[in-house]
Amino acid sequence: MVRLHTRIRRATLLLILLALSGLTACGAPDAVNVYSARQEALIQPLLEKFTAETGITVNLVTGNGDALLARLENEGDNSPADLFLTSDAGNLYRAQAKNLLQPVTSPALQAGAPAHLRSDENYWYGLSVRARVLVFAAERVDAADLSDYTSLADPVWRDRICVRSSGNIYNQSLVAGMLASDGPAATASWLDGFVANFARTPQGGDRDQIKAVAAGQCDVALVNSYYLGGMLQSDNLAEREAAEQVTLFWPNQAGRGTHINISGAGVTRAASKPEAARQLMEFMLREDSQRWYAQVNNEFPVRAGVEPSALLQSWGSFEADALNVSELGRLNAEAVKAMDRAGWK
Amino acid sequence: MLWRIAMILSAGLVAMPVAVIAASLLGPYSAAWTHLLDTVLLDYIVNSLLLMLGVGAGTLLLGASSAWLTALCEFPGRRVFSWALLLPLAMPAYIIAYTYTGLLDFAGPVQSALRETFGWHYGDYWFPPIRSLGGAICMLSLVLYPYVYLLARIALLEQSPALVEASRSLGRSAWQTLFRVTLPLARPALAAGVSLALMETLADYGTVAYFGVSAFTTGIFRTWYGLGELHTAAQLAAFLLIFVLVLFALERHSRARLRFHKMHSARPPSRIQLRGWRAAAASTTALLILTAGFLLPAAQLGVWAAQHYNSVFSAAFLALLGNSFLLAALASLGCLLLALLLGYGKRAYPGRLETGVTRLASMGYAVPGTVIAVGVMIPFAWMDNTLDGWLQQTLGVSSGLLISGTLGTLVFAYVVRFLAVSLQSVEAGLTRIRPAIDESARSLGQTPLGVLRRIHLPMLRTSLLSALLLVFVDVLKELPTTLILRPFNFNTLAVRAHELASDERLAEAALPALAIVLIGLLPVILLTRSMSPEPTET
Repeated sequence: MVRLHTRIRRATLLLILLALSGLTACGAPDAVNVYSARQEALIQPLLEKFTAETGITVNLVTGNGDALLARLENEGDNSPADLFLTSDAGNLYRAQAKNLLQPVTSPALQAGAPAHLRSDENYWYGLSVRARVLVFAAERVDAADLSDYTSLADPVWRDRICVRSSGNIYNQSLVAGMLASDGPAATASWLDGFVANFARTPQGGDRDQIKAVAAGQCDVALVNSYYLGGMLQSDNLAEREAAEQVTLFWPNQAGRGTHINISGAGVTRAASKPEAARQLMEFMLREDSQRWYAQVNNEFPVRAGVEPSALLQSWGSFEADALNVSELGRLNAEAVKAMDRAGWK
Repeated sequence: MLWRIAMILSAGLVAMPVAVIAASLLGPYSAAWTHLLDTVLLDYIVNSLLLMLGVGAGTLLLGASSAWLTALCEFPGRRVFSWALLLPLAMPAYIIAYTYTGLLDFAGPVQSALRETFGWHYGDYWFPPIRSLGGAICMLSLVLYPYVYLLARIALLEQSPALVEASRSLGRSAWQTLFRVTLPLARPALAAGVSLALMETLADYGTVAYFGVSAFTTGIFRTWYGLGELHTAAQLAAFLLIFVLVLFALERHSRARLRFHKMHSARPPSRIQLRGWRAAAASTTALLILTAGFLLPAAQLGVWAAQHYNSVFSAAFLALLGNSFLLAALASLGCLLLALLLGYGKRAYPGRLETGVTRLASMGYAVPGTVIAVGVMIPFAWMDNTLDGWLQQTLGVSSGLLISGTLGTLVFAYVVRFLAVSLQSVEAGLTRIRPAIDESARSLGQTPLGVLRRIHLPMLRTSLLSALLLVFVDVLKELPTTLILRPFNFNTLAVRAHELASDERLAEAALPALAIVLIGLLPVILLTRSMSPEPTET
């Protein structure tokens, strides 16, 4: 038992030392601290390049966007975070609404992100574009029958549509986008028709919807395009085969354009290194970074003139919805309520 | 006296995050409540109740039967099964859900092969849908039954064989003895194991979210993430806490007047020798449980990991291993120490205050990790910012955030979340020691600490080790708390597995997931080596 006691004492000491060492890590002079809802693998190489070029090291915590937002909010003015990076517009909108970001601007930032993909008061900037598209089984569906999202509420699609849960942010922002352009009444009646057409209770992720179309469980699925890209490039033969059996369709080309969301970033109000944080954003919007940042996850660059990957180009060009993405954040709660009322699980 | 103060203070500290969440009940009730009540809340509650019922029955059935078989029967392979049946513990619930979905889903190999063989198409045949409430019950039962198994097995091993012999000599059959004597005597351990499994079930989000089952946690996170109402989400979590408190109070009340102390016995239990078809049935049952809970999903992970070995394995991977191990070790030690302090304090000073704070301190297990993290974050950041403000005003210096965002905070959050696990094992062990022993030791001049060190600790060895093991493995698997409270540039295996899995790159997530399972094996093996039958009372 004596041994156990000394061991416990040693562990306690270690704990204190570790806690103290954690403190010093954030105080380094040439460092910028990032809270990121985008996964480490999808940004780390770019951050390393930034460090190599500027000598500024980047410290990173990744996690769920809403939870990181809660951390930022509770830490208040003393938060160590300089930059808040998210994988959707909604959390940037919320961070701005809670007064956790500060406006930052420069010619490089303005030239990088087009006006509808950044906050109109320069609180945050989009970094990449993610599109919500349709995939369909070509042997069971004629592409001529597909047009826009709203037509998916037609009874011809009864029991033929797969989509994931309404808990998913991209479904929420799709509905928020509809609320913004079509209004609540039209959106509600669309939701009723759309939900009635589900082939199964919403479940799984976007890749699962693609697999379900390939396997014949449904004919059309609503997914983010980068999942199809990821499956086509997968090491796993079954995933590749499933992806090759479906065809991508760009919805809303005759109307307001395909629904898009962004990943983006904003400098925190508490930032102790706002300059370095701005530099990092500018770096991420630079042409070469944009190419890498979009390609690593099969997304589209925000910066005009930067070509997407060859795979994405093979899907053809598309018109994207020009709605300012902050509207998606503003209407997100309304969208969730509408989906609840329609019984979209 | 010192003990009581230490006990109340530390339990109070650990109860603080739970209290912060409960305090949300005092706040305003937003319009989101009307929406929830009008639309989805009833559905969430019904689903969670069904989930609890299913997982409760499932873990009891799997855990109690496997514990009885390995503790009190002799059949081929018993020695191996007695430790191998703990292995599913190391499998995170959402990972097992992914592997079974990969195998049994409509697009998976099993159904595809069926369709190919018989020329079926979608709608031609029925196959149990894996992503369903029933599927979630199966997945959770398979990974959570080891709580019941471990605690019940210890209780059965420590039971005096004299009772069984007495029952048999009075004419009861072996089966009657099992249901009338052996299992009722193990009730505190069974109840402890099942309540751990149920608390974990209520806190689960990963599995139900993936299966599209709208459970109560779905409601919590939907309200927070979707509606952007953290306060309402905290209120929902607080109602969940009240529900759990009431449920466990009922269970305790129903056995309030029963006492379960160990009889004097230095003999190891005598095992029933199973022969013929009975022995074969016992081995098959154990093998089936082990295969479903561990071998099959681990094999699937192994296949995936082999495909992606190169893309994931690197020097950074070793750092992940080290971090996971360090956190698990610190947290399990912390939990054990506190569980001893509280469990023993409750025994020595069974006052209302002591019992109350202890109960509150162990509620963290029923709360989803992300919500606990917020409960930890709020008071810590408040203390940091208050101190900083005071220092700036009086001395003109800034202290910044001293404790928020450190490893210490993270370990503290684990203690909040997992104290229940170690406390249940320690308490289950303590109830089996007769108070008469304490009294005689005290009357011989021992201090409470002396009684603990000289008498209880040696008698509790197995319970303490299992407390360590359970928390260790739980922390290895833990994700949401780690994700949100960790310091900069600090990754663990679970974080890596999750990042890949959340991007739906399940195959690449397999290697870190497998590593979690493998490190989880170490303490399992250590524990079983010390759990072999031995004279437990000296």
